[in-house]
Amino acid sequence: MAYTEEELKKELETKEYEYGFYTDIESDTFPVGLNEDIIRKISHKKGEPDWMTEWRLDAYSYWSKMEEPEWANVQYKKPDLQAISYYSAPKQKPKYKNLDEVDPELLDTFNKLGISIEEQKKLSGVAVDIVVDSVSVATTFRETLAEKGIIFCSISEAIKDHPELVKKYIGTVIPPKDNYYAALNSAVFTDGSFCYIPKGVKCPMELSTYFRINQAGTGQFERTLVIADESSYVSYLEGCTAPSRDENQLHAAVVELIAMDDAEIKYSTVQNWYPGDKKGKGGVYNFVTKRGLCNTRSKISWTQVETGSAVTWKYPSCILKGDYSIGEFYSIAVTNNFQQADTGTKMIHLGNNTRSTIISKGISAGKSQNSYRGLVKVGPRAKNARNFSQCDSLLMGNNCGAHTFPYIEAKSNTAHVEHEATTSKIGEDQIFYCNQRGIDTEKAIALIVNGFSKEVLNKLPMEFAVEAQKLLEISLEGSVG
Amino acid sequence: MLTIENLHAQVEGKTILKGIDLDVKAGEVHAIMGPNGSGKSTLASVVAGNEDYEVIKGKILLKGNDLADLDAESRAHEGIFLSFQYPVEIPGVSVTNFIKTAINANRKAQGLKDMPASELLKKIREKAKLLDIDSKFLSRSLNEGFSGGEKKRNEIFQMAMLEPAFAILDETDSGLDIDALKIVANGVNKLKGKDNAVVVITHYQRLLDYIVPDFVHVLFDGKIVKSGTKELAHELEAKGYDWIKELA
Repeated sequence: MAYTEEELKKELETKEYEYGFYTDIESDTFPVGLNEDIIRKISHKKGEPDWMTEWRLDAYSYWSKMEEPEWANVQYKKPDLQAISYYSAPKQKPKYKNLDEVDPELLDTFNKLGISIEEQKKLSGVAVDIVVDSVSVATTFRETLAEKGIIFCSISEAIKDHPELVKKYIGTVIPPKDNYYAALNSAVFTDGSFCYIPKGVKCPMELSTYFRINQAGTGQFERTLVIADESSYVSYLEGCTAPSRDENQLHAAVVELIAMDDAEIKYSTVQNWYPGDKKGKGGVYNFVTKRGLCNTRSKISWTQVETGSAVTWKYPSCILKGDYSIGEFYSIAVTNNFQQADTGTKMIHLGNNTRSTIISKGISAGKSQNSYRGLVKVGPRAKNARNFSQCDSLLMGNNCGAHTFPYIEAKSNTAHVEHEATTSKIGEDQIFYCNQRGIDTEKAIALIVNGFSKEVLNKLPMEFAVEAQKLLEISLEGSVG
Repeated sequence: MLTIENLHAQVEGKTILKGIDLDVKAGEVHAIMGPNGSGKSTLASVVAGNEDYEVIKGKILLKGNDLADLDAESRAHEGIFLSFQYPVEIPGVSVTNFIKTAINANRKAQGLKDMPASELLKKIREKAKLLDIDSKFLSRSLNEGFSGGEKKRNEIFQMAMLEPAFAILDETDSGLDIDALKIVANGVNKLKGKDNAVVVITHYQRLLDYIVPDFVHVLFDGKIVKSGTKELAHELEAKGYDWIKELA
């Protein structure tokens, strides 16, 4: 059946969030509000050393003087940060040595998400550090990694067990006063992941963390720090889903990557936070700061598939400090219903002969707004910097918007910067062509969207690409105009 | 195989088909000719179930079953295939991936499981050979940057893969040079059998030198004004369409 605009609109509106369930696990939650006492309490609860507590308090003092930014192309009711509880941890405390010890209900949750830990372990060789409501519940494969000297643990553990590394690098790529939400995160982060790859080591498996907001009314402030020492390599996967909640949930993560000389970091994200209902009520606010520092001849690749969140504000960036360093950004951002996304990247070329590539694919449906915002900056002393940017937008229906805000600041006359942009719409003629071959409209849309996103999907590790494709299909079922 | 009775159809309030009768039996090849704007492509679209067109009177029967309530994909599942005059591009979707999706969608409608990869590959190789298609072509994005000839060859390749009971080729010859025309026609001839039927829509007699029709119909102003054998095509080639207009 060929779809009319009206029918499509209806179908779009009735699409419910598939991962909208809530796990009933007893939690240990702080009272709402934010002040120095709460920060001391978080730090104490986590058994942190004094320097960490001080670092948090410094961040808090910066933050308390800052204003929430308003320049992004998104509109939302600012969250009341004094109405949030800043600490929530599952009650069954001590770490589990194996899966038998893990709360069966939690495992059930993961199964609903299609994430079977056992399968992950056996089939894909992925070590999973799962973060549920801020405290790591299960860590696997750690011994295998340890044999190579690789450290992969929660950031809380890293603060205790590897304070010298954390102290040396935390906040060096994203200083606490970098921006409003980074400052907030620095003050109150409760957990996250830490990864260190020693010199010359190629990490033998994809490192994977699944994040999940689990407790109603708790903001989640993840902190991730990945350090790839000289000539090392790591591929890091991050995937998120959240249960359906009525009130807005704030997510303000910070991810810092450091690639030493000749190192390579691949950081892949599949993000599927709850996007709110069909009326635009609820949904996660995702205000994330992600940045990597590239030293000489090193390379950082960001790949992201963003399908969730009510409001997204996210710019995974690379500082190309070292000569011959490479930065890459591959992104698919899908918005439907009332979702708003303002996402893109910053490529800061400081070293000589640095290169960067930006491939951004925005897909808008429903009444959503999808913006690409990117900065390519070439410093005055950066010789022969090269950038290629490509921003493609795909529109479905007549009520959504796609926007592109490319900023280019080239201060060196040897810089070579290219920008290409296209906008297209899924055509009824494409749908009819597929229908005529016996392919129904939903499948046709999935096919067209996957084709549009292929350059980015191809950058994801295999097992992640399959999941990402599934998410694209779920997010866009029935949407065409 | 396909019976059309007194078919009237309109698009955007304008009546294009004004009473078409056509009976195509299994094993037959029919050609529909006619000047621009006579309704040839509309007829193809209506049979395929394009909902931009509204049937206001008459009916279309496939193997005796009325198609009125079937949407385009259900008609495809029943065995109707349209080789498009202007095939659309689907960037990023390879020819192989597209045909795999189409085959499995049709199998699903018949209650069958996906075609095993090895069987699919074997079939693709066999049909590609039939149409002189090389494997590089199969991994390219569907119709993206294809020449006119490549697009048409791809249409016939899909037909070969899907093995429809009833195919309409809408100006499959347009944009083809003589070599491509021969390959396409040869492909169609090899696919022809006693259990299927083909309707070829064309402007020129040229294609009919290679795909020899059992019957030729001339469409003008939404009606079939003359029917005959392949000699009619030669007559049209020699005399043009003006004399036909007087028949209307």
